[in-house]
Amino acid sequence: MDITKLSAFEMKKKLHQKEITSRELIEAHFNKIEEIDGNINAFITLDKTEALKSADKVDEKIRNGERVGLLGGIPIGVKDNIMTKGIRTTCGSKMLENFIPPYNATIVNRIKEADGIIMGKTNMDEFAMGSSTETSYFGNTKNPIDTERVPGGSSGGSAAAVKACEVALSLGTDTGGSIRQPASYCDVVGIKPTYGIVSRYGVVSMANTLDQVGVFGRDVRDAVLMLSSITGYDEKDSTSFKNPEGTIIFGSFPEEIDYNNYLKGMKVGLPKEIFGNEIDIRIKDQITKSINIIEALGAEIEEISLPHLEYSLAAYYIISTSEVSSNLARFDGVRYGYRAKEYNTLDELYINSRSEAFGEEVKRRIMLGTYSLSSGYADEHYKKALKVRTLIKNDFDKAFSKYDVILSPTSPVLPFKFGEIKDPLSMYMADLFTVPVNLAGLCAMSIPCGYVDNLPVGIQLIGDKYKEANIFKAGLGLEGGLKNGL
Amino acid sequence: MITKEQVEHIASLAKLKFSDEEIDKFTNKFSDIVKYIEKLDEVNTAEVEPTYQVYEYNQRFREDIVKEGLTREEVLQNTLEKQYGYFKLFNILD
Repeated sequence: MDITKLSAFEMKKKLHQKEITSRELIEAHFNKIEEIDGNINAFITLDKTEALKSADKVDEKIRNGERVGLLGGIPIGVKDNIMTKGIRTTCGSKMLENFIPPYNATIVNRIKEADGIIMGKTNMDEFAMGSSTETSYFGNTKNPIDTERVPGGSSGGSAAAVKACEVALSLGTDTGGSIRQPASYCDVVGIKPTYGIVSRYGVVSMANTLDQVGVFGRDVRDAVLMLSSITGYDEKDSTSFKNPEGTIIFGSFPEEIDYNNYLKGMKVGLPKEIFGNEIDIRIKDQITKSINIIEALGAEIEEISLPHLEYSLAAYYIISTSEVSSNLARFDGVRYGYRAKEYNTLDELYINSRSEAFGEEVKRRIMLGTYSLSSGYADEHYKKALKVRTLIKNDFDKAFSKYDVILSPTSPVLPFKFGEIKDPLSMYMADLFTVPVNLAGLCAMSIPCGYVDNLPVGIQLIGDKYKEANIFKAGLGLEGGLKNGL
Repeated sequence: MITKEQVEHIASLAKLKFSDEEIDKFTNKFSDIVKYIEKLDEVNTAEVEPTYQVYEYNQRFREDIVKEGLTREEVLQNTLEKQYGYFKLFNILD
């Protein structure tokens, strides 16, 4: 038996029944990484010594009959823009090539408190900017399904590591689709939770009002397990959600999932603006099959309208790059990060350090943001985009007053080959259907819904804010329907 | 249309520099993106308030309680140049 192929839930069960130990599990995963990661390149940094030490602690707890956390003994990958004390955190950039954080992100502490085992740090587009993991300073991550193709981005390393069974679960970040799009390309489940329910303390900010940490797993239940281990209020993050009384985000974890019941009576909306869009016909066909399953399982499906959706991408690129330009101003070569060797003035120190250490896409986004915020354009571009954001949010609010879940393909295109998309604007289009969710602060999940021409297709289930339960139920229902050949 | 001079001006604001060849390449791609975002002009937003932040319970106050922070060594551990327990910077005054 190849224990790396088990789901996290199965691993937990076997650990508790003492059929395997966490050390065996972690060693098996490191062996897998040694065997295949030279080709996939899902990891930037590994931490075998610490991981094995943590595994031994979990094994001891199990031996002694002590209480073990929700993630007890499970191998986990962490995207490299999330602070890990004592473990290099690079953001996929030359700028932070040698940066070793002096503290942990809150979510890293939560993984440790839940007895999860952190294997290492996963590859990503530089500073989370990209849709293909081609902009990483540490080289491309390859899609384990077809190594000539991209794994998606920017959390490509985290998605690929889960697909390739190098870890069971992983953390990613999603600013405009950076969890859902790679989940779709790598045939795994990816959840971008509601803005605010996962702490961003210790996560390197790209665009603060859009960034949200989320998770990958090989099935819906695994992904939900991972997510429920990291959510919760954090006083260190002023945008962290303080759960108002009576709000229930997660239910319990049923041992046996009866997929037949989850979709009964659920109201599902299909936005005509998305399905009328130019989507690869093979993707459209595959999504239609899933819609039929959802309907067969008892959901009511209706066409809806989100009239301002077509402006999402334009608004997103103004808002996100404006926040990028402000956030990345902190990289000046003084306190940490790369410092240029040649400079004569303080200004030259800043300019040379930034110009030598940032990659092309990062520079392009800093430039676009600086332009959008610069005097004379701030009202015309930045404020206009924020107003359009209001209209997009209002469209969703209206839709969610009547519907529980909104459906779309996760990506308008199938995983593409390396170097195939050269023009930045075409690359941005890969996030067309994921970006509106971040603008409105909603939750969404991408789940695999079959293959066309040997390439995976993902379907996106969008839920209202703090209504994660709806997308989990819909996801469990559809996943069960697909597995049972409905 | 974005001009080369505008790109150079934005670069100086962003503390970045580009070679002549990079500037030309950049100006073209940048123009395409700016043209795309001008799509927003089609939307009438005269009566619409901007959404800066989607989270409605933002910016809470908390008690001002002093807690242990990072040590000086931890704060300085990633800098390339330090002196007398501080970050070392280029002289800006003679």
